[in-house]
Amino acid sequence: MNAWIRSVLMPVQGTAYAARVDHLYLFLIYVSAFFFLLVAGLTGYFVIRYRRRGPSDRTPNLTHHQGLEAAWTLIPLALVIFIFFWGFHSYMDIAVSPADALEIQVTAKKWVWQFEYPNGVRTVNELHVPLGKPVKLVMTSEDVIHGFFVPSFRIKQDVVPNTYTQLWFEATVPGVHQLECTQYCGQGHSGMLANIYVDDEKKYNEWLATGGDAGKNMPLSQFGAMLYASRGCRTCHSLDGTRGQGPSFKGIWGHPVKLSDGKSVMVDENYVRESILLPQAKIVASFEPIMPTFQGMLREREIQALVEFVKAQK
Amino acid sequence: MSTAATPHGEFLQHHFTTAEQQADAGKIGMWLFLVTEVLLFGGLFVGFAIMQSLHREAFVAAHHQLDRVLGFINTVVLLTSSYTMVMAVHSARTDRRKRVVVYLLLTLICAGVFLGIKYVEYSHKFHEGLLPGRYYSHKGDTVPGQFMFFSFYFMMTGLHGVHILGGMAVIAWVLRRAARGDFSHAYYTPVDLVGLYWHLVDLIWIYLFPLLYLIK
Amino acid sequence: MTGNYLSSPRGLKSWLITVDHKRIGLMYLFSVLFAFLLGGIFAMLIRIELLKPGHNIMSADTYNRVFTLHGAIMIFLFIIPSIPASLGNFVLPLMLGAKDVAFPRLNLASYYIYVAGALFAIAAMVTGAVDTGWTFYTPYSTTTNGSVGLMTFAVFVLGFSSIFTGINFIATIHKLRAPGMGWFRMPLFAWGIYATAIIQVLATPVIGITLLLIIMERVFSVGIFNPQLGGDPILFQHFFWFYSHPAVYIMILPGMAIISEVIPCFSRKTIFGYKAIAYSSIAIAGVSFLVWGHHMFVSGQSQLANAIFSFLTFLVAIPSGVKVFNWIATMYRGSISLEAPMLYAISFLLLFAIGGLTGLFLGALATDVHLHDTYFVVAHFHFVMMGGTVMAFLSGLHYWWPKMFGRMYSEKWARVSAALIFVGFNVTFLSQFVLGSRGMPRRYYSYLDQFQPLHVFSTVGSWVLGLGFLIMAVYLWASLRRPMDAPANPWGATGLEWQTPSPPPEHNFENAPSVTRGPYDYSSPEPTSAEVEA
Repeated sequence: MNAWIRSVLMPVQGTAYAARVDHLYLFLIYVSAFFFLLVAGLTGYFVIRYRRRGPSDRTPNLTHHQGLEAAWTLIPLALVIFIFFWGFHSYMDIAVSPADALEIQVTAKKWVWQFEYPNGVRTVNELHVPLGKPVKLVMTSEDVIHGFFVPSFRIKQDVVPNTYTQLWFEATVPGVHQLECTQYCGQGHSGMLANIYVDDEKKYNEWLATGGDAGKNMPLSQFGAMLYASRGCRTCHSLDGTRGQGPSFKGIWGHPVKLSDGKSVMVDENYVRESILLPQAKIVASFEPIMPTFQGMLREREIQALVEFVKAQK
Repeated sequence: MSTAATPHGEFLQHHFTTAEQQADAGKIGMWLFLVTEVLLFGGLFVGFAIMQSLHREAFVAAHHQLDRVLGFINTVVLLTSSYTMVMAVHSARTDRRKRVVVYLLLTLICAGVFLGIKYVEYSHKFHEGLLPGRYYSHKGDTVPGQFMFFSFYFMMTGLHGVHILGGMAVIAWVLRRAARGDFSHAYYTPVDLVGLYWHLVDLIWIYLFPLLYLIK
Repeated sequence: MTGNYLSSPRGLKSWLITVDHKRIGLMYLFSVLFAFLLGGIFAMLIRIELLKPGHNIMSADTYNRVFTLHGAIMIFLFIIPSIPASLGNFVLPLMLGAKDVAFPRLNLASYYIYVAGALFAIAAMVTGAVDTGWTFYTPYSTTTNGSVGLMTFAVFVLGFSSIFTGINFIATIHKLRAPGMGWFRMPLFAWGIYATAIIQVLATPVIGITLLLIIMERVFSVGIFNPQLGGDPILFQHFFWFYSHPAVYIMILPGMAIISEVIPCFSRKTIFGYKAIAYSSIAIAGVSFLVWGHHMFVSGQSQLANAIFSFLTFLVAIPSGVKVFNWIATMYRGSISLEAPMLYAISFLLLFAIGGLTGLFLGALATDVHLHDTYFVVAHFHFVMMGGTVMAFLSGLHYWWPKMFGRMYSEKWARVSAALIFVGFNVTFLSQFVLGSRGMPRRYYSYLDQFQPLHVFSTVGSWVLGLGFLIMAVYLWASLRRPMDAPANPWGATGLEWQTPSPPPEHNFENAPSVTRGPYDYSSPEPTSAEVEA
């Protein structure tokens, strides 16, 4: 029964901590169900049992009852204090990180997640972590407040500019977990997603050693397609002609585009590359200069792959 | 529709049964309003305290730019105006009609002097580029970040100044009514209430002066 | 028949410069209902956009402005003034046996200040609107484009309206009770309004200064909230929630106050636990100032602060629970009749119970970390604000409608509407609890495909809800075109407001009433006029 309720209401339990949170959550479901059924049941019963029969109905002058009132004040009080301690106790589990946790730096900015690993490797919109090992995230924002939320880990923390906030977890389920931005941050807020890849320690270390080059053996335009989805380009640039915060890539290659300063430029390798690294240099007319720069966030081969990808959009 | 047949019943509003009830209600209303003013300024005081604790050196360096003598004179001026206001209320309550007018006028003059001195102080700040936030352009600071102090200086004295101006307008209106002979021992509520307001405005300055000018 | 407050004095000017609390109450009523319509339209637009991920009927930028305006209009133009300024203004003096509120001219000023605030808000809407969310978090709100300054100024102005109403009601309750009406002979509606007024007076100035500081940041870059200048964006959250948490009790206390009137009347039985209900209102007002940090559990606040706020949050739940039990006990062995006001009161009991219980999930630290900023929170506050306050408002509106307008409405259509609203509401918002716990964040323009079925379900619910309100608008409008033939006391209720004609004369009572019995004395009830004629 519990498992069924959990499967309907909660995401997968990606950490042992998630199970602890679910345990409290389930308890609260039962408490709520009890009290709601009590309220609804009594109300429903009274409305029928004591329905008005006629104008000569007389009702007793019941003004108070000390024992009953004390009971329904003190019992709920005891209950909520119990719930407080349970919630607090579980919370302290994730509030204080273990000393031996692997530390990863997180930088949020509108509207991408950047990660930096201890060996200097950097990734965008994908976080790789080893299975079964504590990981501590040290986070800051470059602009406004963002929120780091992983539903399957049941963890969340605001990411604040000019200060560091922290979060830790120990993933127990391999595979891909979803990261979502959870503090409203503007137009790209709902597109500020990332994937968390949980691999056994050996695979994780291999990945780390290669500098995180996942698309190593892929043909360029396929690699580009992967990057388009994972690096956040998809948030603002469609492939089917729909206008987003940025121009659609459909059919733009090899044609000139009109810029906001009236000039015109051909959409070729140089233009695409410049737009990725210095997005404010040339703005397409009728769009706002809001694209963040990917300088330092993409390796050369990744830029080439994206160029190939744009070229392939007919 | 009809007013109660009490002396000076012309000022008794129809929904009150006695003048005393009306005066009491007015007092409650004014005290509640003063509480809201305390909370309004309170937010600025709390913000100041927090920013000062985060930027102690900058705030200490910045506050040396304020003229303590002028600030002290202004404090004395406002305290005097509170005294003249108390005397105005007392005069109203003891049927000394002319004195009410005189004391209210003196209060207005003190308020005017206060604003005049503030004008002098503000001029100095503008001249030196000691302006709030992005307009801060003072040169030669050894300690950076002093603009934040001036952000608060202008916001707090500015909001206070707005309240002085508002108070002056209300005092002028009460003065006009006093000159018309509206007030007596049976009805002097407007003088009483504006007096309460004025004391609070004075009290806020009593807190502002040491906070901004004196405390390290 | 002598004139009533609607018919005399005559003429538009007499309405525009009225100081009659009943007329002012009506003007507020129409204004807040209009605000509800506007906010409701924005809500329907939101739900239509969310039928599928990605672009549907508007861009992300427009969507962000629409949800911001939905929140700001509903909170500042509708729900905060709703019960106190409309029903409270109309009913409170009558209930106390008074001829008016303590400061009638201040009352009129309150209304015009509300109108001014509304005009500023409309100006903000048409000059670029606002995309910050109604919570205006910095540094986003101090750096984004749009009419943030105008909108925050509008809310600042509206705050004065709220403060002056609060001051007026406190003074009225202290000084204008009829002879013989001690504090514990006062109807509980007055206690609820009193507790609300305390919060209005103490909390609203803080949002006032906070909004001024946003304007100062945008215009002068004063620096207090700007991290790049040494300021603290979290400080904004503390300032903001110091008001906005007590504000939610400004929203619910008047609603609870209405329920305390309606249930005894329609159970024809005295209220159970009068003192407990009175004291719990004051307790809620007091403790409400101590829990604001529960909106900030994941903001970067310290663990100690989190623990303290969580503990206090659980304490504030107890007085609300006490009230619910008292209302149910009132129905025990009562003589219950299910006209529209009672249907809405029962809706309140059930929906407020769910809203309050889901607050437990959010007050507990471990579960809140998961649920914060998800649709679970959105569902929770809609259950308490709409399932709670709005249901109570509708209960009071239908209860005092004959008193205000001298006409009854169609009971049959009222029941149809109540049923549609109840069903539509639950379909719309129960699904959102599940969306939230499954990980759907709030304020999302687009979403992962897995969430679509629940969103569609929720949107369909919103159409049923909207239909319910539409029907209500029609039958209430129709009632105003009926002859003015409602009796003085159609429900057989106790309370001084029922001792005067429907609608009341301009000065409320022909003869000043005096009070000799407690409120809710149904031991020898007045028969309803229908029963007298039978």
